[in-house]
Amino acid sequence: MKPAPFDYARAESLDEAVRLLAAADGDARPLAGGQSLGPMLNLRIARPTLLVDLSPVAELREVSEDEDGVTIGASVVHSAIEDGEVPDPTAGLMRRAASGIAYRAVRNRGTVGGSLAHADPAGDWAPVMMALGASLGIRGPEGGRSVEADAFIADPLTTVLEPGEIVEAIRVPRLSSGASWGHCKLCVKPGDFAESLAVVVIDPDRDHCRVALAGPTHAPILLEEVAGTVADANGWSDALAGEIKDAAGRGIAAAGFADTGDRYAINVHSTVTVRAAREALSR
Amino acid sequence: MTSTTITVNGRAVTADVEPRLSLADFLREHEGLTGTHTACEHGVCGACTIMLDGRPARSCITLAVAAHGTDVRTVEGWDGDGTMATIRDCFRKAHAVQCGYCTPGMLATAYDIVTRLPGADRDRIRLELSGNLCRCTGYIGIVDAIETAIAEIEGGS
Ligand SMILES: Cc1cc2nc3c(=O)[nH]c(=O)nc-3n(C[C@H](O)[C@H](O)[C@H](O)COP(=O)(O)OP(=O)(O)OC[C@H]3O[C@@H](n4cnc5c(N)ncnc54)[C@H](O)[C@@H]3O)c2cc1C
Ligand code: FES
Ligand code: FES
Repeated sequence: MKPAPFDYARAESLDEAVRLLAAADGDARPLAGGQSLGPMLNLRIARPTLLVDLSPVAELREVSEDEDGVTIGASVVHSAIEDGEVPDPTAGLMRRAASGIAYRAVRNRGTVGGSLAHADPAGDWAPVMMALGASLGIRGPEGGRSVEADAFIADPLTTVLEPGEIVEAIRVPRLSSGASWGHCKLCVKPGDFAESLAVVVIDPDRDHCRVALAGPTHAPILLEEVAGTVADANGWSDALAGEIKDAAGRGIAAAGFADTGDRYAINVHSTVTVRAAREALSR
Repeated sequence: MTSTTITVNGRAVTADVEPRLSLADFLREHEGLTGTHTACEHGVCGACTIMLDGRPARSCITLAVAAHGTDVRTVEGWDGDGTMATIRDCFRKAHAVQCGYCTPGMLATAYDIVTRLPGADRDRIRLELSGNLCRCTGYIGIVDAIETAIAEIEGGS
């Protein structure tokens, strides 16, 4: 038994979870799959006073689909997305991303909402949702609100969630038939957190082109200049590689995404960006 | 203390436990099922992998209270399962076991690979094994064992 002691409550509904969190004093937190919280408890990095288990809450596992997209309950596990059990409005991007997270045994319990709320800077879902233009439905004691994925993570391990707020669902817009995407994750061994992860989504019919970048030291960012270059490109040509790499370098510097002196990290991030763009423009 | 009811190897067990107790420690210390091993206790090494509702899961980062209502199968619980018998036999023949520390987790993962991905080739088997560390075998015997198990089960032998 490794964690410090804490209290535990099972929530049967979203309302009950919100109530339990609001009524608690001290550091009360939701528990989803426990695949990030479990390690943090065992290492005593996290020492909550109360965990409110969301796993019995059926509403949080619901998935609904309409013409414009899919709404995925926060408690949907990575492996359900990997296996295509959840309708995928992104032509395979979500399935690719899910299958690259950790290992199957972790993906069977880890949830999309937990991953976003945990906000590991190198987490896989945030850049995917940012590039897609997804948004998060949030429920708290004051009611519900919605936050765009690119405004959700403020800093590593820090989101805009107020104490007591719960991520309810993620709304993923549907890509048009002419859309295309690229996804490049660089990690030391399969299942590791990314050293660098870039996601490119091009959807000309919806006038949408986004490039998101994630890494271990800074909250994920959108690279707007790269997105402009990609949007103007007419398919892939090798001449684009240098242009995108330079633009990525400028975006990384402007955001302070890597130390200006860390040429290795800057090179890795801009190369991963080029690879994701090449995949998107070669489809 | 919180009450939790878990079906362990086909038998319903109810216990009052501290919320901070992991499922791994519950299995080992409460149920005496010491075949489930722990090493890293933060989800990385795979030694503690068990089947939870028919899918592999890490028992070191699953709380016993959060496993309430689930069906857990440990390495001790495969009597009468022909697929696991084949996998075990293939592990033995391929020298896929040395000290045995990783083996219970390896068997759970192998079972998942064989049943979920019957078309897996060696590269895919290796990819799927990336979450199970073995400090002894060098993996070749383990990959061989799973490859053979897939072929034997596919061939109906
Ligand atoms: C070995 C290992 C490797 C991993 N590798 C990767 C990887 O490569 N890429 C990656 O992205 N992730 C990786 N992960 C993390 C994994 O994806 C987790 O599943 C995920 O980060 C957290 O999801 P969870 O459901 O387990 O959340 P928990 O661990 O239960 O919770 C995490 C945090 O989010 C909060 N929370 C949970 N749900 C909600 C909610 N609905 N609303 C508000 N707050 C909530 C909790 O209070 C807690 O602070 C790895 C984990 C392990 C153990
Ligand atoms: S002990 Fe559970 S994964 Fe290492
Ligand atoms: S057999 Fe010793 S760790 Fe795998």
